Amino acid sequence: MTNQLGEHIVKSYDEELARLTSEIQRMGDLALNELEAAIAAVVERDSDAAERIVASDKEVDNLEHEVSQDVVRLLALRQPMARDLREVLAALRISSDIERIGDYAANVAKRAIALNRVELVRPVFSLPRLAKLAGEIISEVLIAYRDRDADRALLAWARDEELDGLYTGMFRELLTYMMEDPRNITACTHLLFMAKNIERIGDHATNIAENIYFIVHGTQIAQVRRKGDTTASLVARVADDKSKPAH
Amino acid sequence: MTDLNFSMSAPVVAASGRKSALATTPKMSAKHVNFHYDRFHALKDVSFDIAEKRVTALIGPSGCGKSTLLRIFNRIYAIYPKQEAAGEIILDGENILDPKYSLNRLRGKVGMVFQKPVPFPMSIYENIAYAIRHYEKLKKPDMDARVEQALRQGALWDEVKDKLKQSALGLSGGQQQRLCIARAVALKPEVLLLDEPTSALDPIATGKIEQLIAELTEDFTIAIVTHNMQQAARCSDFTAFMYLGELVEFGETEKLFTQPTKQQTEDYITGRFG
Repeated sequence: MTNQLGEHIVKSYDEELARLTSEIQRMGDLALNELEAAIAAVVERDSDAAERIVASDKEVDNLEHEVSQDVVRLLALRQPMARDLREVLAALRISSDIERIGDYAANVAKRAIALNRVELVRPVFSLPRLAKLAGEIISEVLIAYRDRDADRALLAWARDEELDGLYTGMFRELLTYMMEDPRNITACTHLLFMAKNIERIGDHATNIAENIYFIVHGTQIAQVRRKGDTTASLVARVADDKSKPAH
Repeated sequence: MTDLNFSMSAPVVAASGRKSALATTPKMSAKHVNFHYDRFHALKDVSFDIAEKRVTALIGPSGCGKSTLLRIFNRIYAIYPKQEAAGEIILDGENILDPKYSLNRLRGKVGMVFQKPVPFPMSIYENIAYAIRHYEKLKKPDMDARVEQALRQGALWDEVKDKLKQSALGLSGGQQQRLCIARAVALKPEVLLLDEPTSALDPIATGKIEQLIAELTEDFTIAIVTHNMQQAARCSDFTAFMYLGELVEFGETEKLFTQPTKQQTEDYITGRFG
């Protein structure tokens, strides 16, 4: 089966599908910009910029509504079949993943405002590395979506493990800082949530990759991805840990 | 404790709500069927099975040979000159294309309903009884019972039971088509051929016929030709896609309409053909 199909007999059907695709591309670009701007606001301690980012998330939300209306219209009027049906279903799912990515990016921006009210802590500078990787994954899946390139989507999908690994590292780092000095707790807790938000962004990017694979092949990605995020079972140990059982 | 195996005994119904396409036995098999309208080669080496008590849809653009194939299944072509079928159509182990296979016997086993309802210009009751009398001699009460049974199977009984003596021509298009289906099933055939049975009907009448098709698979094997792709997807268990006299793809309906294996099939069902 070729990757790109020919034109429909009814031209407006093609136009409607193209519109759907371009709306998603636009959403993706906006969400990616939101994430990058949010990280810049954290590093530069720029609360005004952070506020603008929080406000700009509305545009992504609006586009998601438009996509969902277009999907309903396409399903009702065109009764898409086979690849077209997968395109339409995937558009609905991808738009909701991008909307979540936008929400997480906005949440990072919102926490940046709180973070700017307390003293700077060193782990702030670990956040951009995490966000950079998440941004790369998003940008890869957006290209894969534009080109309907399942192989490229698969490569991006596999990189989420790397992101999970980085997140786990940051989790440990933050825990250490909090244990060292309780005055760090406010900043570090915000940073922990920000890191978690970025880690979740990666999960949504993998969902998008899975949908691209579904569009092209009509099946789910068969491989089981190894999860690099082990923070769910992580426990802090301090020198005089009272929780240890007595000998 | 909950018996986790309870679902094993439940009826096998696919996610689409249709009977499972698995575990079917072929009722009718086309084997290397070729057909000529004089010099025009209308069917080219077509082979596939029609599963027993399931619905098989034949789809494809006009002139692809799907109606021709249906017409071979009950040898209706035989009444026209210069039309010739080669290959085999096996029905219950016998080749119906063999001239020794009697047409009368074949028509008793394979019923057909056409695109345009063609009720006979007689009463509703007589429309059904006329066909039965051709094959069987029944006493009045037995005939009444058979007519009622057929009209019930045709999902028409409740609408016509009080006007059986009225002319069938007074029925609506949808009712006339259900009468034609009732007339076909009255002979207790094993296979029902439906040639675009709803293309002349409104959506409500179409819905009734589709519901009827689902109910008829309890007793009959059905082959349906339709131009309505959604209808094929909704009503059938298996689908054959034909193009220019060839069978391009044949398979389970759900698979064919979601993940066709041939580019031509994908182009056709997604409306890209041209």
